Amino acid sequence: MSEAMGLKAKLGLDVFKPGKVAHIKIRPGMEKDSRLKTAILVCPAGLYSENEKGEVELTIDGCLECGTCRLVCGAEVLDWDYPEGGAGVQYRFG
Amino acid sequence: MDKFDVIIVGAGLAGLASAYTLAQEGLEVLVLERGDYPGAKNVTGGRLYVNPVRDLFPDLWGNAPLERFIAHEGVTIMARERSITLNYYGNELCEEPHQSYSILRSKFDRWLAEQTEAKGAMLLSKVKVDDLIMENGKIDGVLAGGDELRADVVIACDGVLSLISEKAGLRQPASAHDSAVGLKEVIEIDTALINARFNLEGDEGVARLFVGEVTRGKFGGGFLYTNKESISLGIVVGIKDFMEGEPAIEAPAVLDEFKLRPEVAALIKGGETVEYSAHVLPEGGFKALSSLYGNGILVAGDAAGLALNIGFTVRGMEYALASGYYAAQAVLKAREAGDFSAETLAIYKSLLENSFVLKDFKNFQEAPGVLGNPRFFNHYPELAGNIMRDVYAVPVGSKNRLYPTIKQYMTLGEMWSIFKDLRKVMKI
Repeated sequence: MSEAMGLKAKLGLDVFKPGKVAHIKIRPGMEKDSRLKTAILVCPAGLYSENEKGEVELTIDGCLECGTCRLVCGAEVLDWDYPEGGAGVQYRFG
Repeated sequence: MDKFDVIIVGAGLAGLASAYTLAQEGLEVLVLERGDYPGAKNVTGGRLYVNPVRDLFPDLWGNAPLERFIAHEGVTIMARERSITLNYYGNELCEEPHQSYSILRSKFDRWLAEQTEAKGAMLLSKVKVDDLIMENGKIDGVLAGGDELRADVVIACDGVLSLISEKAGLRQPASAHDSAVGLKEVIEIDTALINARFNLEGDEGVARLFVGEVTRGKFGGGFLYTNKESISLGIVVGIKDFMEGEPAIEAPAVLDEFKLRPEVAALIKGGETVEYSAHVLPEGGFKALSSLYGNGILVAGDAAGLALNIGFTVRGMEYALASGYYAAQAVLKAREAGDFSAETLAIYKSLLENSFVLKDFKNFQEAPGVLGNPRFFNHYPELAGNIMRDVYAVPVGSKNRLYPTIKQYMTLGEMWSIFKDLRKVMKI
């Protein structure tokens, strides 16, 4: 999909520092929750996707830490925290 | 040191404004920032209105890294196949002191942090606050990276999600209904080209809002601000509205389509995107504000929900700066009293109520409800576009009279709907 390529290229412009652990996790058993399907649409970094089993997967690399997925999915679905200090996106312009 | 006077969570505008004010009074202040540097996690559209906060920090503005003063205000009503742009330019926008400036947060926040450190505040970056320390029913400090850091009072300035005030029990998790998400690109363009393209002299800048098809007729809009050597271009979409929209569309695609609109493409032509960012905005207004204080804790800026969209202006940063300042004043009062309980810290709320901050929020408390009207984002842009098309069209044959041309759109039903919508708008 050319749009997804565009998004990857855009995220490639940002500075990211790797964290030790994924700071957002889909809670086990919630992978098919409809709220995650919404996250696929609203995540500005396009990090949520659905696999062939109908489960939603999350790739944390490229996370902009905006919190949109936390708002639409809630704590029931996502184990959500910020990355540890000094990790994650580091905006140079903002 | 055993204990700080104040620990501030987050080196954004609210946190730095607090720290600046408190350090100036000689208090021992620690600011904790999870980013690599202050501003590393912060995003604005963006523009800062200086008038309401100029006197709170009189020494600050002379050397501040502001981009351009906004001399041209524009709004583009975007229908599917056409658009109408209104430009406002006036002497008052060009006279000093200028009322608003475009800014880039990474630059601005780092600079403000330097000024704050120069006043004597201590700032630690790359430190994430994990939890609050509770003792005898009062917040007594924070846990960060396994360290216990104690203070008389903690000020939560940790942004729109404010996990800290959630932990303190001062708020529920932010809701999709009361929030929007902004997606933005910083597009580098040569200064001379920006000036020529937007008809600008020197440090003059442009602010432009876009409403209508830009968000597929859903709540939100597009924005463009000229910086010195770049353009900030983006969209803001209401999260709830967006979730329920049919047909479903991915948010990043909305920004891509916005950039492809001929009206927008021409403005950014030849530019190179250098950063892509996203940030959530509080949109709930007065009714969605969180509790502002508790025992040993104050909440300021986005963390408290202090951002306000009234259609023509979308503001947050002045409220962050001012609430940070008033939080500091409240701490100074509590210190005099030697008591940091919620009862004493409640002065913070009265300070905000007597300032432009909560006065604005009360004045505009109906705005979120009124602006949520979907007709503003789909029906009216199309209607206005169609009328313009017909008014300006010169057909092969004879042209219809103007009045009937417009009248065909103004059916009784339409006029009644407009009347009803206007009556609601009058509440803003």
